[in-house]
Amino acid sequence: MPVTSAQFADSAWSDAAIKLGNSFGAIAGFLGILLVIFFAAGRATGRFGRPLALLIFLGPAVLLLLVGLVVPLIRTIYLSFRNDDSSRFLGVKNYSWALTDQSIHQVLLNTLLWLVIAPLAATGLGLALALLVDRMRWQALYKSLIFMPMAISLVGASIIWKFVYDTRDSAQRQTGLLSQLAVWLGWKSPPNWILSHPLNNFLLMVVMVWVQTGFAMVVLSAAIKAIPDEVTEAARLDGASGLRLFWYVTVPMIRTTLVVVLTTVMIVTLKAFDIVRTMTGGNFGTQVLANEMYSQSFVQFNVGRGSALAVILFLAVLPLVGYNIVQLRKERATR
Amino acid sequence: MSSQTPDQAATSGTAPLPAAKAIRKSFSSPLGSFFVIVVTILWTIPTVGLLATSLRPKQDVADSGWWSVFAHPHLILSNYHTVLFDGGFGVSGGLMPYMVNSLAISVPATIFPLVLAAMAAYALAWVRFRGSDTLFFLIFALQVVPLQMALIPLLQLFSGGAHLGGVTIIPQFNLSGTYAPVWLAHTMFALPLATFLLHNFIAQLPRDLMEAAVVDGASHFKIFRSIVLPLCAPALASFAIFQFLWVWNDLLVALTFAGGTPDVAPMTVRLAQLAGSFGGRWELLTAGAFLSIIIPLLVFFGLQRYFVRGLLAGSVKG
Repeated sequence: MPVTSAQFADSAWSDAAIKLGNSFGAIAGFLGILLVIFFAAGRATGRFGRPLALLIFLGPAVLLLLVGLVVPLIRTIYLSFRNDDSSRFLGVKNYSWALTDQSIHQVLLNTLLWLVIAPLAATGLGLALALLVDRMRWQALYKSLIFMPMAISLVGASIIWKFVYDTRDSAQRQTGLLSQLAVWLGWKSPPNWILSHPLNNFLLMVVMVWVQTGFAMVVLSAAIKAIPDEVTEAARLDGASGLRLFWYVTVPMIRTTLVVVLTTVMIVTLKAFDIVRTMTGGNFGTQVLANEMYSQSFVQFNVGRGSALAVILFLAVLPLVGYNIVQLRKERATR
Repeated sequence: MSSQTPDQAATSGTAPLPAAKAIRKSFSSPLGSFFVIVVTILWTIPTVGLLATSLRPKQDVADSGWWSVFAHPHLILSNYHTVLFDGGFGVSGGLMPYMVNSLAISVPATIFPLVLAAMAAYALAWVRFRGSDTLFFLIFALQVVPLQMALIPLLQLFSGGAHLGGVTIIPQFNLSGTYAPVWLAHTMFALPLATFLLHNFIAQLPRDLMEAAVVDGASHFKIFRSIVLPLCAPALASFAIFQFLWVWNDLLVALTFAGGTPDVAPMTVRLAQLAGSFGGRWELLTAGAFLSIIIPLLVFFGLQRYFVRGLLAGSVKG
């Protein structure tokens, strides 16, 4: 017997109630346990008071970090020296595969292109907007609209842009905006953008820039507002203005923030695989390290190779965070 | 240039231009405003196109681009009904279960790390001990670990438990098909950044206040509950909003720990599958995509004035 859509909807609603009930039950249980522990431990006094407090406050976080990040980190490094199902030791074979295999070269090159172009474009554009938008009327409106893609998932963003890049046979009317623009500009049959290598790589980066520019703009705008008045005044007395003021006063004063924004976007870019996965699945010469790592481990079931790629990813991010820690230490020292 | 010299400022009695204003002024030009407006329009158009397409009948979407909607407005809501309930993508129940999953995953995965990180941040800032600085930097540094690295070991742990030389340290959980692995993974991965940001805020609370509470004989638990949590409400709220957006928008963790079943998988997972296999049905795909972004957008536009300011507190130094 066919089920009507109304019946479907009914069972969907009761299903929803059960699922959400479970979630809120879990939250209530979690907070309840904490309250009981707090109440009981709050009674403890004397010699054991402090160590007990430390254990309860820090214990869960440290334990979860150990289980969730530290141990996996060590284990992934271990797995990267072993074969596809981790049963045999392979030495550095997975790494030599990663660095010499022809198909991986394209992946590494793409990752490098992403790493350089997307963060620079997003930060540069964000800086320009931060400088320009502040003195305009309706600036809150412009800022919100440019910042808005940050709230959209990379999957959602990918679908949005897939639609922009959609191409049809020249006999039909175009429905993708980019193709239609090309037609309006006199291009009879626009290419299938997503399939055109190497152009497709840059078209995918546009999505990342679209998402990240708002973030760069908001943070840089806050940093520019925080420049002390005396600094700019002094520079202006010395006759600096316009571009000179920008290059010799504004940029040096917000240098730390610029670097933080750049590294943040770089780390997001390096680790994010949603865009490539949703838009091309890594085909047509658009594969990047983060997605290849996922494919190797969970599609081809070669845990060794997947782990080796993950370690390479880790080594690539390491200097960026090392730099951030050095900056942080300096800031703490001056505080 | 047109700026006042100090003498003029002194004689006319007006304050010198504030710095931000001065920079702004030197960048004011019609060309700059034009640039901002163009970028804003460019940034908005793709989303508008998505919304417009999701509201058009199937035949219209197949025949013409969404911009023709301005010439021939004919909008319907049935695409949303199809996508949500009728299984328009060949799944019974449509996207509705996935949307519920998204919500059921996001709310606990926001609360758990927030509470645990606030506790850790308080201990690191106010219950000082030998090595607390080092521990703080170590936790911060863990942000680097690409989630991809943690996936395989965590998955093995969740499915097989942990063993060391034949001795079972952690027993095998039977968590598959539940939200628990997704919650746990999100909590673990959120802790470094959450602890870092909340520590910045909690460490700036007035020392006198803390010391007075200790003198009054309050335990750390009491201080945390009745002083730290209320005073940190803005920071907690802004991080909660961000964490909610991140979890809601996440694909990688959900894909790994929830799989693709309607039991537990969130919308991002289903949409990514559909985008790969269902390219032709734009009216349904766009409706699904809009459903997945509507809640983050509501959160964003409703609360943006709070969360941008709150997250920046302590992170951008003047």
